[in-house]
Amino acid sequence: MASLITCPHCGVRPKEEFAIRGDASRARPEPLAPDDAWHDYVYVRANPRGRTFEHWHHIAGCRRFLVVERDTATHEVYSVVDAADFARRAEG
Amino acid sequence: MTGYRLSSGGLVDRSKSLSFTFDGRPLRGLAGDTLASALLANDQLLVGRSFKYHRPRGIVSAGPSEPNALVTIGTGPRSDANTKATVAELYGGLTARSQNRWPSLGFDIGAVNGALSPFLGAGFYYKTFMWPKQFWERVYEPFIRRAAGLGRAVLERDPETYEKSWAHCDLLVVGAGPAGLMAALTAARAGLRVIVADEDFRLGGSLLSTSETIDGAPASILADRVVAELQALGNVTLLSRTTVFGWYDDNVFGAVERVQKHVAEPSLKIASERVWRIVAKRALLATGAEERPLVFGGNDRPGVMMAGAMTTYAERYGVAAGKQVAIFTSGSAGYRTAHALAAKGISVAAIVDARAEAADQAPDGVRVIRSASIVDTKGRQRLRGIVVERSGFEELIACDALGMHGGWSPVVHLACQRGARPAWSEELKAFVAPDVGGGLRVIGAANGVYTLSGCFNDGAEKAAAIAADLGFSASRGASPAIDGETAPSFTALWYVPGAKSKAFVDFQNDVHAKDLGLALREGFGHVEHAKRYTTSGMATDQGKLSNINAVGILAGMRGVSPADVGTTTFRPFYTPVSFGALAGTARDEHATPARKSPLHGWAMKNGATFVEAGLWHRSAWFPRAGEKTWRDSVDREVLNVRANVGLCDVSTLGKIEVFGPDAAEFLNRLYCNPVLKLPVGKARYGLMLREDGFVFDDGTVSRLADEHFFLTTTTAMAGAVMAHMEYCAQALWPDLDVRFVSSTDQWAQLAIAGPKARAVLQHLVDEDISEGALPFLSARKVVLKTGVSARLFRISFSGELAFELAVPAGYGEAVADQIMEAGRPHDICAYGVEALNVLRLEKGLLTHAEFDGRVTPDDAGLGRMLSMQKTDFIGKRLSSRYGLTAADRMQLVGLKPVDADKDMRAGAHLLKEGTKPSTLNDQGWVSSAGFSPVLGHSIALAFLKSGRERYGEKVIVFDKLRDQEILAEVCDPVFVDPQNEKLKA
Repeated sequence: MASLITCPHCGVRPKEEFAIRGDASRARPEPLAPDDAWHDYVYVRANPRGRTFEHWHHIAGCRRFLVVERDTATHEVYSVVDAADFARRAEG
Repeated sequence: MTGYRLSSGGLVDRSKSLSFTFDGRPLRGLAGDTLASALLANDQLLVGRSFKYHRPRGIVSAGPSEPNALVTIGTGPRSDANTKATVAELYGGLTARSQNRWPSLGFDIGAVNGALSPFLGAGFYYKTFMWPKQFWERVYEPFIRRAAGLGRAVLERDPETYEKSWAHCDLLVVGAGPAGLMAALTAARAGLRVIVADEDFRLGGSLLSTSETIDGAPASILADRVVAELQALGNVTLLSRTTVFGWYDDNVFGAVERVQKHVAEPSLKIASERVWRIVAKRALLATGAEERPLVFGGNDRPGVMMAGAMTTYAERYGVAAGKQVAIFTSGSAGYRTAHALAAKGISVAAIVDARAEAADQAPDGVRVIRSASIVDTKGRQRLRGIVVERSGFEELIACDALGMHGGWSPVVHLACQRGARPAWSEELKAFVAPDVGGGLRVIGAANGVYTLSGCFNDGAEKAAAIAADLGFSASRGASPAIDGETAPSFTALWYVPGAKSKAFVDFQNDVHAKDLGLALREGFGHVEHAKRYTTSGMATDQGKLSNINAVGILAGMRGVSPADVGTTTFRPFYTPVSFGALAGTARDEHATPARKSPLHGWAMKNGATFVEAGLWHRSAWFPRAGEKTWRDSVDREVLNVRANVGLCDVSTLGKIEVFGPDAAEFLNRLYCNPVLKLPVGKARYGLMLREDGFVFDDGTVSRLADEHFFLTTTTAMAGAVMAHMEYCAQALWPDLDVRFVSSTDQWAQLAIAGPKARAVLQHLVDEDISEGALPFLSARKVVLKTGVSARLFRISFSGELAFELAVPAGYGEAVADQIMEAGRPHDICAYGVEALNVLRLEKGLLTHAEFDGRVTPDDAGLGRMLSMQKTDFIGKRLSSRYGLTAADRMQLVGLKPVDADKDMRAGAHLLKEGTKPSTLNDQGWVSSAGFSPVLGHSIALAFLKSGRERYGEKVIVFDKLRDQEILAEVCDPVFVDPQNEKLKA
């Protein structure tokens, strides 16, 4: 895990300032989406070795949810973006 | 061995004599000594007992790899167990005690284990202590625990203080030996921000202990000169007594600085130890190389030590390890030690060289025995002689100290702590650092460069390259000239055959060569398996001396190269770090701060007993004279609220202000019940679900203006609800125009409940607060007669006519005082969370005792709140799953005991009459229970299978913890005023 995270709002900050919520790659299904879609969204988690997208909450900083793109094996961090931007990008 | 102080020489201050004690014996050393050098100077050879066999052990090394000389330094709460004497700086008044011996170091009962050793081989505890089964806990484990172990932790409170600090630099140099100092100097002169960290109390590394000279002067002179120049530069931080223990992601290093572990009376104003987190753009590892011990029969006799350590004791501390010293070597460094000792006038008995041929020259008159090995040592608690074997001929040579040298291993721990494994170098016969990228480079002996000039060049070159890489221009100064330098060489010798007694691989854990053979025979030949099976390398020294020989021996036994065996995994910490240092300032109130309500002072004045709820200190009840138990107080408070009026501090509830054009829409998606059309000036009970359909939290939603809502959450979930809302607003629905902020600490919130609540409150406000003007579930801003802006809510958690008044936190205590004053004629009382809990229990109102994460709104009898007409809300979709709507789910019910004298307790399980307690027969559980002073008996809320259909049925309340079974009747969960007549009075 990275020791330092570059928050797009606060700059380089130690990882202890963040709480990790988990997988950020799944979008919340539409209200009427099939059972399988909701089941997967709520219960099924991949545990990938390699590149992942995770929600990191900057609880001791700007209180923004960030999407951290990182490698679980090498610990390299590729990108950190605000979760709202990430969600809009996914929709757009 | 007879250790003594040489008449001159060394970097100790002979004018500063220091007194200290070892096992109560008063001794003297010199400023600049380590505890180990001072003990040697006093001929205190026996310093400890080994872990398993309790064998007498002496000092082996002169540094952090020491396996034997572990002592407890200090007394009482300041005792530091398992401190290595070889790195402990001597100070006046130091007290040291040996460990793992009883009754004394010289006579240790546990040494009988040595005679039992045939039964105590590797993995003995897996085999020997198996039967009978019940003996393990009662006999074997206590016995093993008493017999094994090192220093003891003290139970007294640690009076010392600790702290943590961040540091940032362009270049971190780990190790201040020849390579590190030259690298630091090169980088510092180029203008880089440099941090140099070294575990020693004096910077210089091997320059302080080598017998080599530079430009005709002792090497330590050069070290002092470089350190002085670095000290004078503003861009350099020198951290001595600082061990870099870990290398973490993003080139962050962990280090511990022993700020005042070397003083008799540490100041409480500064920390004893400081943990550094160093963010380094680049780092150079200049940690040197570890000398390898030789594995031969009797190699653990006190008096046998590393040849390099002997040189260090002689050169740096002016201490001779013995009067008649022998050397056992497989490399040229053994000869260098012989020269160094001879030059100090110490007699060298013989050099036993395992190699058949070598170009190395012995000092004049010293006998060299080639192609020879040592198969045994003589003496008991100190070395008297060695048995040298050559071609089957054994010869006893008298000596009182033996220096051993088996080659060098670069110290590459830090470079391997992030997953990369060291690589075997056939050329160096050693594991070397892997290529871990530009952030961390290895220099000097850690890089397999074993000459002084090579170290200087390697350090300077790599530092210059880093400087250039970071945009600085570095120029290299002239390298110092080393006098008569030769490159050392050695032959790897993992194991000396023909041992006549135990040949130890790992001294601290008593692992000898045969144990590794046993591990291999029994299928544990993989290096990681062998480590665990034999415990080789698992002691506090983590096998700094022993691991390489264990790998070599396994390789030999398996008939493969050490490259194929590989090493075990390197992890932080390089050397042990105290828990105090790791905790830093995070202890007591700094670890768990007390959260106090703005009404804490008011509660204190009224005699409250407090209870800790998370970090909060909440007023639990307010005892009065004559009340003997807490129940007396709580019963009185409850009855008074039901009959008159009470005031309760509810400031700890989470409070969140929500603003924006989309505030109503946002909240409508958060709560399972409708919020969109909540009128301004009204409050509503709200239920939030998790996405899986279970209840997350409950509270109230009030609309103070069209685009301004005010929420309350439970005390426990305040933080979680805030984070949940942030997630929903930012990650799920970023296009909703809504903003919110926690105002938990900004408001003092007071609940005024009871039939006389309105009468009391009317004293404080001019506005009409009658039932007609301010009906149940009103929420509005008011101004108190005193001019204080406030918010007034008609909400009730007791079933009584009740108000919640919120005032700015700073006014809380004054307003509470005012209410108590106004309420005196109405017999007002203060009530705490215990009475609050009984009041809500009597009314069947719910808390997180009920909402435990397994409960749906319908389970709790709140199914009608689910607004399935809404397009969407968190938890809607999964609420309709079959499992969450099944008819036999556990449903909220009330319970009253058939025999009114019986007390039910939360946590009890429910059984049908006539059934035995079993998981299969389980019918539900009691979530909350208490004594109702109104009804005069115990009442409980419980979850019971299909409970709402079973009112009137009798069930067994089975409480195994308290070993009781109570018969109770299932009833409606609202025990008092089921028609809610008092609420709207």
